[in-house]
Amino acid sequence: MTPLWSLLFPFAGALAVLLLPARAAALSRVIALAASLGTTIAAASGCLKRLGDTASPVWSLDLEWIPQLGSRFHLAADGLALPLLLLNGIVAIAGVLFSWNITQRPRAFFSLVLAIIGGVSGVFLSRDAFLMFVFYEIVIVPKYLLIVAWGSTNREYGAMKLTMYSIGASALILLGLAAAYAASGSAGFDIAGLAAAGFPKGFQLWAFPVLFLGFVVLAGIWPFHTWAPTGHVAAPTAASMLLAGVVMKLGAYGALCVAMPLFPDGFAFWRPAIAVLAVAGILHGAFTALTRRDLKFVIGYSSVSHMGFILLGMAAATHWGLRGAVLQMISHGIIAGLLFGIAGRVIYERTHTRDLDALQRFNLWKSLPAAAVAFTLASAASMGLPGFSGFVAEVSVLIGLWESYPWLVPLVALGILITGAFTLRALCRTCFPDAAASLAIPVRMPSLTWPETTAIVLLLAVSLAIGLHPSPWISLINDGLDSPVFQPILQRP
Amino acid sequence: MTLLFLTLFPLVGALCLGLSRNVACGRAATAWSAATLVVAALLVRPGMSWSLAWLPDVGMTLRFEADGLSWLFLLLTAVVTLVAVAASWLTGRNDRGYHALVLVLQSALFGVFTARHFIPWFLCWEMTLIPAFLLIRLWGGPAAPQAAMRFFMMTLGGSVFLLVGFLALQLSAGTMDFDSLAALAGEGRLVDALEHGFAATGADGRTLLVLIAVAVLIGIAVKIPIVPFHTWLPSAYAEAPSPVTMLLTGLLSKMGVFALLWIFLPVFAEVLPVFATPLAWLAVATVILGALAALAQTDLKRMLAYSSVNHLGYCVLAVAAAGAAGSARPAMTSAMAGTVLQAINHGIIATALFLGITILEHRSRGRRHIGNFGGLRARMPVFCGCLGIAVFASLGLPGLSGFIGEFLIFNGAFSAVPAATSVCVAGLLLTAVFLLRMMRMVFWGPLKPACATWPDLTKPERALFAVLILLILLPGVWPQMLLHHANPVVLELIDLLRPIP
Repeated sequence: MTPLWSLLFPFAGALAVLLLPARAAALSRVIALAASLGTTIAAASGCLKRLGDTASPVWSLDLEWIPQLGSRFHLAADGLALPLLLLNGIVAIAGVLFSWNITQRPRAFFSLVLAIIGGVSGVFLSRDAFLMFVFYEIVIVPKYLLIVAWGSTNREYGAMKLTMYSIGASALILLGLAAAYAASGSAGFDIAGLAAAGFPKGFQLWAFPVLFLGFVVLAGIWPFHTWAPTGHVAAPTAASMLLAGVVMKLGAYGALCVAMPLFPDGFAFWRPAIAVLAVAGILHGAFTALTRRDLKFVIGYSSVSHMGFILLGMAAATHWGLRGAVLQMISHGIIAGLLFGIAGRVIYERTHTRDLDALQRFNLWKSLPAAAVAFTLASAASMGLPGFSGFVAEVSVLIGLWESYPWLVPLVALGILITGAFTLRALCRTCFPDAAASLAIPVRMPSLTWPETTAIVLLLAVSLAIGLHPSPWISLINDGLDSPVFQPILQRP
Repeated sequence: MTLLFLTLFPLVGALCLGLSRNVACGRAATAWSAATLVVAALLVRPGMSWSLAWLPDVGMTLRFEADGLSWLFLLLTAVVTLVAVAASWLTGRNDRGYHALVLVLQSALFGVFTARHFIPWFLCWEMTLIPAFLLIRLWGGPAAPQAAMRFFMMTLGGSVFLLVGFLALQLSAGTMDFDSLAALAGEGRLVDALEHGFAATGADGRTLLVLIAVAVLIGIAVKIPIVPFHTWLPSAYAEAPSPVTMLLTGLLSKMGVFALLWIFLPVFAEVLPVFATPLAWLAVATVILGALAALAQTDLKRMLAYSSVNHLGYCVLAVAAAGAAGSARPAMTSAMAGTVLQAINHGIIATALFLGITILEHRSRGRRHIGNFGGLRARMPVFCGCLGIAVFASLGLPGLSGFIGEFLIFNGAFSAVPAATSVCVAGLLLTAVFLLRMMRMVFWGPLKPACATWPDLTKPERALFAVLILLILLPGVWPQMLLHHANPVVLELIDLLRPIP
């Protein structure tokens, strides 16, 4: 099975769900699960094949598309795209499982979810900047609809803010790409071709920040992160999972694979500023999460903080830093999916509150011990405790930071500590409250259903697998970073 | 592979307990830890090792090895856990979660004492955090939530320092393997590596190494703890259920001592003389302030908590002396062997003392103020005798195990840091004062009416005390049984620190 299937399955699934007759609406979740499974299997087989044989050329597909623009339908699955595709598939499976009991218009819901998954796969696979942009835009509309129609707290505001930020960012990307296209002599949108064009330095100095900012707004760079927490909070569980788990990674991926290779000199100039913004995001996200009372807000701001590590690794730009950035994309995708799944689905569905003080009364440790155990493990993963994927990623980024900007290390260390503090605070309030705060008689709650348990076990297992045995993932990422487009941006200490 | 088997054995037990229903958890966990002790004592032998190519791309191979020294700590872990689990069971604690978490903790401890590479070592070091936090928070006393939070945050803070320090080493020396780092340091090349690795900052290699050593020392100091990083300890020890306090003082604090001796000394060999004097005076502060604070306590658990601070201060003194430039090989041997003995023996003695507290709490339904007890000797003569032996061992009576470690430490430390050692000896006197006061208040005097109906030790309780007392008496009269295993490792360490010219 070629990696192309990870693009075809979701779109085919979305179409199939839409075509279902109304009386078979219950089938839509099965189709969605099958499409997600197919995506995962296609990505996993691509990963295994690539691991077994890194010498051969990567899988690619290059078709004529819009000759007038010089844009081609060019897909390739290298060592960077493959693990991210796998992440996409895994988060998709978990997202569908956590939405198993959706009763409100399930066909529309699952077809939108599948459209997001397909668009994400498309972005990861594209090797043509224009094609990538098209897939990138495909993701925005379903995101908006999912939040507006199935969302909760303040959903119109959250959806609008998220969409406005996305569209504004897309405008910047389009501007940057158009500038690059014009400056390269209108040859085409092939990323490797543009990267080899060698733009003049003066041009790169302004074009880089435009294009880079366009991408990283979606990655939640400080101070353009405010759409993320409100959007996550407003979104239904599966959408929060996809949003935090994979859609935010699109921004980081675009910055890493398009903005930086296209304008290496511009990147070199703006690097310190990116590092400072990344650290500001890590600290701001962590401190804000420490003060929020809504559990989803806490997780949303923790996402901002964790995304800061991705930007920081990219700013460090050494082998360790970039490797760490990609690993953090994967790791945060898994962990954010897990946290949003537990908070938004497992806990909220049973307690109907996300307020940390109100949650104390339920004393989940007594009333729903399985959820408490799951949330404890997820919190440990989110804190970056060793053994989980977050640790490997954060350590790699930190080593990269030592290499490039050692003076920022103490601030990041502080960020890690505050992350521990806010995670523990949320964990204690939800699962292990003081005896005085909780109800004397535990509320009886339905135990975990099989889709919930399966999704939790799947995500935890992947996080542990990466944390305990990162070498295959690192081999793949190293293979991806060997590509010639990254050589001009790699710093060698 | 046997080592891997031992490390995972308690974890498997924890999983089985966690997933089972309607099992007598106390009994099952006790049986499981007894089996663990058998594995540790009979199947694991010094010299066993296993390794895993973790990140071959960057040359990271994770190694685990049990030398004689590690093996002693593995046995200590197995014994203390067995006693703690059994004591919990005997005092009626049957929660699944509780026993599963204790077993998880044991697995992590096995890992800490055998890992020879920073990554797995740190993994296990951090793996102790959440189980210990939950054990204190969920099963502790009334002020447990705050105590657990403080314990967690301070330890995590220390860990961040550790992590940052070792990452800097990875970067400049290209390895986080403890033995490779020690070998580099022994050849005097670590300073050069740092200077080269951080050439961009223009800093002096020696200064950088000192900074990194300070970061690592802070991480370790929180765990032991060394004053002024001890503030989490009294409330955590006091609020935790007493069997968990056995684990905290008997084992978790030993992680710090073990790291100080076995990681800090060899890796930072080049800058150790810088640390000798400050560390020695921090040890003095730990010993004296620990003892004075213990004197002022009326809560039995807080008193013994401070007593632990006091006793581990001697280990810090010994390490400081061993690193001093002036100390000769025999003095270093004495100080370092003393550290090992003190760590192991304190583990056993503190466990015995907190076993006594467990029983007092059980009989009195959770009281621990010293004024609640009195005249118990008449009601519980066997208990009085057992706890008496532990108390006398703790204050260093010759013939019992506490004496020999402290003697070797003073013997070795005096030549290098005479002033600090002299002050520390005074600490011994204070220790005797508060421990004997505890004996007098609890066991002598008129029998308090509230205590009049308490039964003496039951048979299983006697068996637990018998095991611990045997382990207090044997090394007291025959310290060679421990030194025989520890000495070759100590000599190896000294060869690293002071190569024979």
